[in-house]
This record gives sequence, C-alpha cells and structure tokens, in this order.
Amino acid sequence: MNTVVVAQLQRQFQEYLVSLYQQGFLDNQFTELRKLQDEGTPDFVAEVVSLFFDDCSKLINSMSRSLGRPESVDFKQVDSGVHQLKGSSSSVGARRVKNVCISFKECCDVQNREGCLRCLQQVDYEYKMLKTKLEDLFNLEQQILQAGGTIPQININ
Amino acid sequence: MPLDGGVSCLRRSEMIGIGIGELESPPLDSDQVHVLAVDDSLVDRIVIERLLRITSCKVTAVDSGWRALEFLGLDDDKSSVEFDRLKVDLIITDYCMPGMTGYELLKKIKESTSFREVPVVIMSSENVLTRIDRCLEEGAEDFLLKPVKLADVKRLRTYLTRDVKVSDRNKPKVPEDLSRFSSLAMVTPPPPPPPSITSVKSSSLEEIVSSSPPPSESSISPVDSPIRRMEMRSPGLD
Repeated sequence: MNTVVVAQLQRQFQEYLVSLYQQGFLDNQFTELRKLQDEGTPDFVAEVVSLFFDDCSKLINSMSRSLGRPESVDFKQVDSGVHQLKGSSSSVGARRVKNVCISFKECCDVQNREGCLRCLQQVDYEYKMLKTKLEDLFNLEQQILQAGGTIPQININ
Repeated sequence: MPLDGGVSCLRRSEMIGIGIGELESPPLDSDQVHVLAVDDSLVDRIVIERLLRITSCKVTAVDSGWRALEFLGLDDDKSSVEFDRLKVDLIITDYCMPGMTGYELLKKIKESTSFREVPVVIMSSENVLTRIDRCLEEGAEDFLLKPVKLADVKRLRTYLTRDVKVSDRNKPKVPEDLSRFSSLAMVTPPPPPPPSITSVKSSSLEEIVSSSPPPSESSISPVDSPIRRMEMRSPGLD
C-alpha cells in the first residue's frame, strides 16, 4: 500500500465531502447515514442514495404528467409527489432537493401551475447535480479502498 | 455479495424487489427484540431497518398498515388467535401513509387483544402538535420526528426490554410532559434526552411516568411558536 497515495486520496475525499456540506448539497442527515455504514456494509450509503435518485426520477416524471395540461392539472397528485420527494430527500440528507420541495409544496397549495413547473425543473436539476457530486464522492471512496486505505470518518461540526 | 441476513448487502435490484413487500430478517432468536416497521417509502424503510438492525433488533419492514395487520394476523375481524411464534416487541410506523394512516393502524393495534400491550411509536416528518397529541392519547409510546437518527432509535432501545411490557399495563395513556421526547425539542438546539429516561430500567419507567404532573391545561406552546423552528435545520456545517 502506498501510504502517500492513500493519504492524498483521503485528504481529497475529506475536502470534497466537506465542500458538499458547505455548498448546501448535504445536511446532517447524510452524516447520520454514513454512521450506518461499516466494513460489513460498505455500500449502504450508495445503495440508499441510488434508491433515492430512482425515486426522484419516477416522481418527477409522474408530476410532470400531472402538470402537463394547463386545463386539467391534478394538484392532489402533484402534492402527493412533492410530499414523497420531500420525505425521502430529508431522509438521505439531500438538502437542496428538500428545500426546493418546500417551495414546490407552497406552489401546489395555491395551485400555481407556473410555479410548480419552475419547481419541478429546479428539483430535476438539483437531484441530477447531487447525483453527479455523489458519484464523484463514491468514486474517491473506491479509489481509497483500492489503494488499500480506509474511508475516513469525518466529523462535520 | 455475501448476504448477512440484512438488507444492506443486497444489490439494488434485490432491494427494490423485496422492498415492495416485506423486508424480513432471518428466523427470530427469542432473546432478540423484534420490531415491525411500517412505512410506505422505500428509502425510509431501508433506513429505519438499518437503524434498528444496528441497535441489535430483528426487523420486519412492511409498506402499509394493511400489510402490518396482515403480518400480525389482525387483518380479519374474527377474534385474533395467539400466534406463539410471533413476538413483536415494538411497532414503529410512519404517520402519513396512503390507505391507512399510522394513527389508524395504532388504533387497530390498541383495540386488539393480542397486541395492545406492544409499544407503538409514530414517525412523522411534520411537527404538528394536534397530531402528536392524538397519537399519544390513543396510546402511542413515542413520537419521532423524521428524519430518524441513530440517537432516536437508541433512545427507543433503552425502554424496550422484555420487562417493560409488563409495567406498560399500568402506564397512563397520555405522557403529560412532552419534553421527554427529545426529538420534539421545543427550543433549538434540541436538548439531550433527560438522564432519567436514557438510563431507565424497566421498573423506573413506571416511577417516572407516575411522578409526572397530572394532566392539566397543556403547557405546550401553540403550533405557531418555537416548534416551527424544528423545520429549519441548519446545514451540516455550522
């Protein structure tokens, strides 16, 4: 094991993870999820967020359909979708996605179709952005492991 | 990937496949705490299942109130038969679910002869006082604000021993002092759980409850007050 390389990768990982929190992509709940991962379950976080992103895609598609025709928007369905999205984003620590959902819900409550469409677009953007960021993060994890190192436990706060 | 009996090592497709119905742990060891978790969200089911397994519970996770009743054998209206093999020590359920809400599930459980003694914990993403009150009045043991954390589940564990079920029978239904539910901290930041609860042994739970002030005008602040602050979580880095 090249300890210099491992140390470098670990530092990179740490800096990247911290930046994700600083930029508001992630919140404390992501930290909580990482606590649930260990050597026996090294893919736990990756699996959970993967399910979350699948959820996002599915819900965004169905809400998009509901918002499709201006004369017959099913706001109840949209509201249900937003509720689910807000819940799961909250559970994985996807802070920006969750925050868009809060605005999204408000637009739903007043049946503002235009507002809903904007939020839909934003939530789509945010989840895809987060997906890319986390892919990079998990990539770094893999590199550390392949170099024979361990994933640092990082204390945010 | 090796299967350790838990969900966490399964590939995604497998997780999705069994997530639609039940997530079940291997055969029950009678000394282990068995928890029935109910949540319509797959992501939340995976997380709560992991949280519980990490605190050494066996978990059965289902996606609806109906499936929960089915699992408990309460799904028909005939008088329930004792399922000797079925030891459920705790039921933890989401509040907002399509079809049957967690509240409705709670009621059905408390109406049953076989499972009314089983503590039921409600989870919700919304800190609505009337909702919390309703659940506690109906006999819920505790109310957790989502997203659920390891500390919340560990706290549940401290009062969840086999002995507690016996003393539960004499427990008044409504805990008068909501401040013992640390996940509902009314001021920010949330205070740590009161020491008397975290170190509680089964017998002292009864003492704590019986020494609480008698039910009176709620000392709980109205919904528009500090409780709303709970919704605003600071980002991971402060």
